Amino acid sequence: MSTAAHASLVQEEPLVKGNHSFADITQMVTAQNLNPTPKLWYVLFGISNLVFMVMIVSIAYLIYKGTGIWGLNNTISWGWAIINFVWWVGIGHAGTLISAILFLFRQDWRTAINRFAEAMTIFAVFCAGLFPLIHVGRIWVIYWVFPVPNQMVMWPNFNSPLLWDVFAVSTYLTVSVLFWFVGLIPDVATLRDKVKSTIAKRVYGTLALGWRGSTRHWWNYEKAYMLLAGLATPLVLSVHTIVSFDFAVSLIPGWHTTIFPPYFVAGAVFSGFAMVLTLMIISRKVFKLEDIMTLDHIEKMNIILMVTGTMVGFAYMMEFFIAWYSGVEYEKAIFILRATGPYAWAYWTMIACNVLSPQFMWSRRLRRNIGFTFFISIVVNIGMWFERFVITVTSLSTDYLPSSWAYFNPTIWDIALYVGTFGFFFTNFLLFLRYLPIIAIAEIKSVMPEADPHNYDEKGNYVAPGAPEPVELDIPEEVMSERDRQLQTA
Amino acid sequence: MAQIFPKWSNNIPRKLLIGSTVIGNTLVFTVWFFFAPEFLDVGYAPEQPVPFSHQLHAGQLGMDCQYCHTQVYDSKYANVPATQTCMNCHNQIKTDSPALEPVRQSWETGEPIEWIRVNYLPDYAYFNHSAHVNVGVGCETCHGRMDQMEVVYQAEPLSMSWCMDCHRAPEKYIRPVEEVTTMGYTAENQIEMGLELVAKHNIHAPQYCQGCHY
Repeated sequence: MSTAAHASLVQEEPLVKGNHSFADITQMVTAQNLNPTPKLWYVLFGISNLVFMVMIVSIAYLIYKGTGIWGLNNTISWGWAIINFVWWVGIGHAGTLISAILFLFRQDWRTAINRFAEAMTIFAVFCAGLFPLIHVGRIWVIYWVFPVPNQMVMWPNFNSPLLWDVFAVSTYLTVSVLFWFVGLIPDVATLRDKVKSTIAKRVYGTLALGWRGSTRHWWNYEKAYMLLAGLATPLVLSVHTIVSFDFAVSLIPGWHTTIFPPYFVAGAVFSGFAMVLTLMIISRKVFKLEDIMTLDHIEKMNIILMVTGTMVGFAYMMEFFIAWYSGVEYEKAIFILRATGPYAWAYWTMIACNVLSPQFMWSRRLRRNIGFTFFISIVVNIGMWFERFVITVTSLSTDYLPSSWAYFNPTIWDIALYVGTFGFFFTNFLLFLRYLPIIAIAEIKSVMPEADPHNYDEKGNYVAPGAPEPVELDIPEEVMSERDRQLQTA
Repeated sequence: MAQIFPKWSNNIPRKLLIGSTVIGNTLVFTVWFFFAPEFLDVGYAPEQPVPFSHQLHAGQLGMDCQYCHTQVYDSKYANVPATQTCMNCHNQIKTDSPALEPVRQSWETGEPIEWIRVNYLPDYAYFNHSAHVNVGVGCETCHGRMDQMEVVYQAEPLSMSWCMDCHRAPEKYIRPVEEVTTMGYTAENQIEMGLELVAKHNIHAPQYCQGCHY
């Protein structure tokens, strides 16, 4: 009995370090919104805008000239546009995973990173959503994908995963934005109450929708948040599943695989977490939020990186095993060609980045090393780009008919568009960093020891952060310690 | 703490709700009505180089459609008559009419008259006249009362949904082949007769892509 009582009192590391009060947290998080804009922000914003212009120009030229400006050929008709689409959607998935799935599992450490990750989701989905829109030859009839009654009595064909993509990505974006916005309401209310200028007050006041933080507000808010988390969880799994169907539903050897849906989702979480890590390691430093986004957070994320990276590695193995086990020549050939053919460089880059690099995280020393984590997080995103490249391009380049085998060389426009989307992403992201609280202030406070009613004794005095609740102990007098005696008499 | 918003802002949500409903509906119905071929295309009546009157020729003079549009039973294209056809009569009738000057000019020089096409389908829709008139689709059904047109105008939208309306239920529109060029034809028992004609001509109006778009 007494052992059990003690075992349940194992102390977890506090989520917020440095003994901060509620007021400190508000102060720390809103500082970068309230302080004058730093010069560095203008510099970065300027650079992002320039890169963003590269995207605008390459899209404009694409529409003017046609998709022939890309390096696609008749054999490999899906190139960088699809690779980047899947890559960006994958990046976006970590955001919902952190905010929804970890919420359902009551993982309180998510509170420090969820706002951040959700913003990343939304901006990554913006970038991703561009590609299905512009990779078509005739962008001006793209609205035909929507099931709208029209004078042609034509509807889209609901059998195509590319149509499911339309629904999946648009729903995903809508729900992510809603989820993000609901989470922001109490925090923009905080900003509304803190900013000085009338215009800023009105803007934040409008976004806060009249939030007063009453019990009734909070009751509805929590319910809504949980429902959204419950809805977003199957959504995040199904969206990337649908993206994987673009490949898995086809008959191409190397694509027609039933493992794709879970494997793509694992890959999405893998790359998404890596991206969150990259951004968060910089931001916590720049905004001096190391006490909120602690090393423990980074370590936990690294563990997820390791788990999903291993799942991806397992999927690579299974693909090879099944190719051999199936006895289908085409299937065997495509996998041998992946590892030894003209794209072997891409394949081995992928293996090195995705399978090997996360395995370093078994070491506690390495996964708590910020510099190393930062390096690995970038390596993983390179690797995951190559995964999509390998899947898309190698499978197409050498399939059934040797007479239609071809090699894919990207042109400057493939590259410019991809690079440009980073400008789009970071332009949005920098605006977010400047104008919205980058950490969910209300949620962070709710997981601090001060928010726990059990941290106060019967007289309402605050007990030291993390102190266990006094318990009735059934301990024999002769083994009772001094502390036990004090507790008994209290 | 001072109020940020004035009292009237309590009404904003209500106004937004009503406003967005009204605007949304207006938008849908605007597009639905004004962007439809029924609105955009029907009634298109360009000024022709020669003020040719169908009302006079087909209506008052009672000429059969096929006197001028000779190929409708045989060809995909319903031809516009050559200058020769005009001159069959107009070498003797109204030989000094100023309205007919371009016709005489064309006859002398050999340059064709530049008629302006009214019923226009894009080139990816392969319409076939003979396929329709040989199974009893009347001229009037698609082109309107040509015998009453002083100036030719587009009588029907020619949109794909308009085509499909008939291809899905040809019995509503079909008539005996000998009545194809009759203007103002009506049947009392259209559906019953239509169904018989559909069976008789073995009509399977294509509703698949290759039917028209190859």
